[in-house]
Amino acid sequence: MTDHAGPPDTPPTERSPRDTGHPAEGDAAATPTRPLPRDAGSWASKVDRLTETRVGAPAANVVGRRLTGPVQGFGKMWRKTYRMNIGAGIAPGRAIATWKEHFAEFWPQTSTFEPSLTGISPGEVALLDVGIGGGARLSTGVFVLYADEVSFTLMTPQGHMFAGWITFSAERAPGSDAHRATQARPTVVQTEVLMRANDPLYELAMALGGHRKEDEFWVRTMTALAKYLGAPPVEVHTRMVCIDPRRQWGNAGAVWHNSMVRTALQAMAAPVTAIAHRRRRARRPRQPDGREPGR
Amino acid sequence: MHVRQVGDRAAVIDIKGDVTAASEPVLMSAYEQADRQGARRLVLNFRGLEYMNSGGIGMLVTFLIRANRQHQELAAFGLSAHYREIFELTRLDEAITIYDDERSALSDAAS
Repeated sequence: MTDHAGPPDTPPTERSPRDTGHPAEGDAAATPTRPLPRDAGSWASKVDRLTETRVGAPAANVVGRRLTGPVQGFGKMWRKTYRMNIGAGIAPGRAIATWKEHFAEFWPQTSTFEPSLTGISPGEVALLDVGIGGGARLSTGVFVLYADEVSFTLMTPQGHMFAGWITFSAERAPGSDAHRATQARPTVVQTEVLMRANDPLYELAMALGGHRKEDEFWVRTMTALAKYLGAPPVEVHTRMVCIDPRRQWGNAGAVWHNSMVRTALQAMAAPVTAIAHRRRRARRPRQPDGREPGR
Repeated sequence: MHVRQVGDRAAVIDIKGDVTAASEPVLMSAYEQADRQGARRLVLNFRGLEYMNSGGIGMLVTFLIRANRQHQELAAFGLSAHYREIFELTRLDEAITIYDDERSALSDAAS
């Protein structure tokens, strides 16, 4: 769930998908008033900071974080594309509906994805716990920025390995008119990551094998999706293009939010925190039957 | 998309219809036309925008980087409240200055 710009008493689950689109009071002269476009239900409502996630899930590296897109971030900007042909028998809409519904199941076993109760829908937040090699883990989250029948996009918060958007989509491959008339065109499924590493530590990590690990991650995920859909064996084609070779040194301070470092510190501090918690509980006065007051 | 040269330094690109990842060749062609005309400030007119998905936003980022690398400023006007909110949500408004109308966008260029 998120700290959104709508009325404060609007339950978040009732807020998304986007239900605004009319000019705010006072700016009618400045902002064109038009009927809502057909993409209106696909975008999340505006949020300032992520505020909460599903009940009970640890979200220390998500709550209070701002979203970061490829315009923010520190490192070089990359566009990474993973594409596979799953044949003509599976429609794009079915591929994406399946992906949304079973998103977590296609992830490699070393990582977990915990969606909100309503799943992949605009404005929702999911928690991630990703194995990043050498026993290190990264606990963070993603925000569902956009979702329609044939695509959906996740946006990352501060502290995530990268600032950017991951778009999952499916479409019929382009073909000639003659081809279209004679047979159905195959469905092409794609994952596109538009990103910059969020801080200097992550930039280094990406250069020292992080990009390779990410490539493996998405290839395995997409292969699992294809298998689930019953597609013939697929090959996932990977393409990586540097959009902007410059680093944004003004954003180097984002290392403060680095979730990899924070996850490691939280793991190290866990035994101490547990002992302190136990001591606090032991010091509390007990009722004659041994129960704590108020229980 | 249509490109209008305004004075010596600015060009307005009128965007019409849908903006998706598939619009990239058309928008980049418009960029090249504006660039050839020597524009230092590129102003995107979104009054005719009818639909934009996340692929369209990604394409605008690519456009922005291309302009920045040529030391060109990028501005926008004509965004409805809906699309203005999307620019804010995606934080694209931190890199593309948004104006209420064409006159403001161009007068800022002239100053």
